[in-house]
Amino acid sequence: MELAIFYISAIVAAGGALMMILQRNPVASVLYLILSLVALAVLFVQLSALFVGSLLIIVYAGAILVLFLFVIMLLNLRGEKFTSEKPILDKGTKITLVVLFFMELVILIKQMAFPQRMDSLMTQASPDFGGVEPVATLLYTKYLYPFELTSILLLVAIVGAVIMAKRDKNEEEGER
Amino acid sequence: MVPMPHYLILSALLFAIGAAGVILSRNLLIMFMSIEVMLNAANLAIITFSRFLNVMDGHVFVFLVMAIAAAEAAVGLAMIITIFRNRGTIDADKFNLMKW
Repeated sequence: MELAIFYISAIVAAGGALMMILQRNPVASVLYLILSLVALAVLFVQLSALFVGSLLIIVYAGAILVLFLFVIMLLNLRGEKFTSEKPILDKGTKITLVVLFFMELVILIKQMAFPQRMDSLMTQASPDFGGVEPVATLLYTKYLYPFELTSILLLVAIVGAVIMAKRDKNEEEGER
Repeated sequence: MVPMPHYLILSALLFAIGAAGVILSRNLLIMFMSIEVMLNAANLAIITFSRFLNVMDGHVFVFLVMAIAAAEAAVGLAMIITIFRNRGTIDADKFNLMKW
């Protein structure tokens, strides 16, 4: 049963990601990415990461990808054609490179010596593993400093985004 | 119980798809979304190790990665809007001003 859930969500996640890069219409692309992320959230819940899994849906699918949708609609580029001169590497070479990269990763994972104690460790997990409270306790004790730094990073990102996307004053006057 | 290499191989596959999106696509927005896919592939690997080693520190790392992804999305999309306003396109191959 668990294996079946894993395979179904794995296929949906990988298929959604693949469809995302094959779409020409960016709106459809974003929707496929949301599908892929929901399947990934199922896998997170299966790995008993309930808090992070729900964050993935709320923050990623709910906020970041909606921001993408807003930008696509703002730019109004549904079905824009991309016709330019030949790139340096042709498509076949690029796909071969990616497949080689994937094979390399798979060989790496297959050859990795996993400690035998992992299976026993996993069965000892406490029932509230991955819940809100234990994660929050870690976040506010052991990782308090990185957590506070993240807030500064977000503030910098907000200010930077607003300044970059703002129209110049003289440009605005020129339009009037 | 699903064995650990299954999750890791799925993570590798998602990362490879994201990398393919970045090098194959010409649309800046799709390249940007592929980066998000790659970030989430890394998140899956972190969560897997966290589960199988029975330590919860990985969940905090994923939380921080998500915060950074949000910051990256905000700044990156602002850059895309600015580029589109100046050049009238988001075709990555057309931005060759710095090309020798």
